[in-house]
Amino acid sequence: MSTVTPAPSAKLIVKDLNFHYGKFHAIKNINMSIPDKRVVAFIGPSGCGKSTLLRTFNRIFELYPKQTVTGEVLLNGVNILDRRQDTNKIRAKIGMVFQKPTPFPMSIFDNVAFGAKLYQNLDREQLIARVQWALEKAALWNEVKDKLKQSGASLSGGQQQRLCIARAIAVRPEVLLMDEPTSALDPISTAQIEELINELKKDYCVTIVTHNMQQAARISDYTAFMYMGDLVEFNETGRVFTKPQVQLTEEYITGNFG
Amino acid sequence: MSQDFLYLRRKLTNRIALFTAMLAMVIGLGFLIAILWTLLKNGMPAISKRVFTEITPPPGESGGLLNAIFGSIVITGLGTLIGTPIGILIGTYLAEFGRGSWIASTVRFINGILLSAPSVIIGFFVYALVVARMKHFSAYAGACALAIILIPVVVNSTENMLRLVPNSLREAAAALGAPQWKITVMVTYRAAKAGILTGVLLGVARIGGESAPLLFTALNNQFWSTNLSSAMANLPVTIFQFAMSPYEDWQSLAWAGALLITSGVLLLNIIARTLLRRKAMG
Repeated sequence: MSTVTPAPSAKLIVKDLNFHYGKFHAIKNINMSIPDKRVVAFIGPSGCGKSTLLRTFNRIFELYPKQTVTGEVLLNGVNILDRRQDTNKIRAKIGMVFQKPTPFPMSIFDNVAFGAKLYQNLDREQLIARVQWALEKAALWNEVKDKLKQSGASLSGGQQQRLCIARAIAVRPEVLLMDEPTSALDPISTAQIEELINELKKDYCVTIVTHNMQQAARISDYTAFMYMGDLVEFNETGRVFTKPQVQLTEEYITGNFG
Repeated sequence: MSQDFLYLRRKLTNRIALFTAMLAMVIGLGFLIAILWTLLKNGMPAISKRVFTEITPPPGESGGLLNAIFGSIVITGLGTLIGTPIGILIGTYLAEFGRGSWIASTVRFINGILLSAPSVIIGFFVYALVVARMKHFSAYAGACALAIILIPVVVNSTENMLRLVPNSLREAAAALGAPQWKITVMVTYRAAKAGILTGVLLGVARIGGESAPLLFTALNNQFWSTNLSSAMANLPVTIFQFAMSPYEDWQSLAWAGALLITSGVLLLNIIARTLLRRKAMG
């Protein structure tokens, strides 16, 4: 049974992207087009630049000194790396979930409401509705609906990570960046998050960095293999894992590396 | 054989090191216990209801420390009110906004000097700046001097406590599009709240017992006074004056005052510790 899926339109277009940590050339001339409403997985050995690449997509790297980027990242045709673009507004459009769950030191409700309140004028009722919507989307509502006033830190690790996902989507972003979102979680929580990602791609462009190749194979539509700052191969996930075009990719996914 | 010898030698070294450490601890704690013991022995009999209800007496008459207690609370409280916001703001700048800038490293360096500056010099500085110009001693000047001593303590603890907040938390807030001031106020401050408050309390404990800077600024007052722009009685200077006097009543009041200050400092430390522990647990 085959479902007809229309060719995905590009959400993020990366052009000639280079990234330096001081003098270290971490990302080398990357060009790629990331489709909307699909999951794109970035795989590769530690230090290959996949997290760095993700961190340019919302300019979060700018929090630290001595990190420089050249090239373009176009979101809906607008270069977000342009200095004239407001960083915070970009980040409101491009949400991010990190490796370790990072609940803010406030209640579950306030955690989710935090971002939603930043750029939208929501009255109390709208805010409550938004928080519930985000928690439902993140498959957490049923577990926390009776304890919204409790601290976010009181949840389990997997729940905290879903809280962080709820917090990110409560802002109503267009793109969701996930930097190894399940690497600190147990297998059951991981399965829940993977299921969630599958749901989220209906509405969002999702990019995920993962060390787990099985995970990339399970959840992504496209896979990008990176090595030493180069984008070695970027194709449909099925093709990357069954018929890789580049020798290096094959060696990496079969575990015969180096 | 040589293995046995090695083992024995290690064991012996361990014993010696442990013994030396214990000895050092006994010496250190011994002095502390001796001080507390003398304080309790001489101070407890001197504590009575009058200490809290009557003002300092002229020599040879009996009285209490009410004006000195009141003055100490007012001057320390005012100094805390002035010093805390300034200290927290500077600490915030160092930890959040000025990271890696030369201004921040300069401020941090100067703050280190201020932290270890002798308090008598700070008293003298405020004397020259405030007292000499107003032409009279005042509680305001005393509070200023104490604030200057408090500031570097609060700067230091605020910066350290904010730095303990993991960067991942700041990143997470920034990734939602929050501007930096909002990240600091809504997220970082909340995460470091108990630590910052502890730093302030320890700072208050530090200035609560300072006498040298008050000698130059608030001086002392034998009478009841609530006028902040005139000299005001306070415990440390009263203790200094009474302890040096030949009158037994005064000496006994000095012991009472010393016990009061020490208990106050102890109480502040206990509160600070409990705050930190509660934070560590949950």
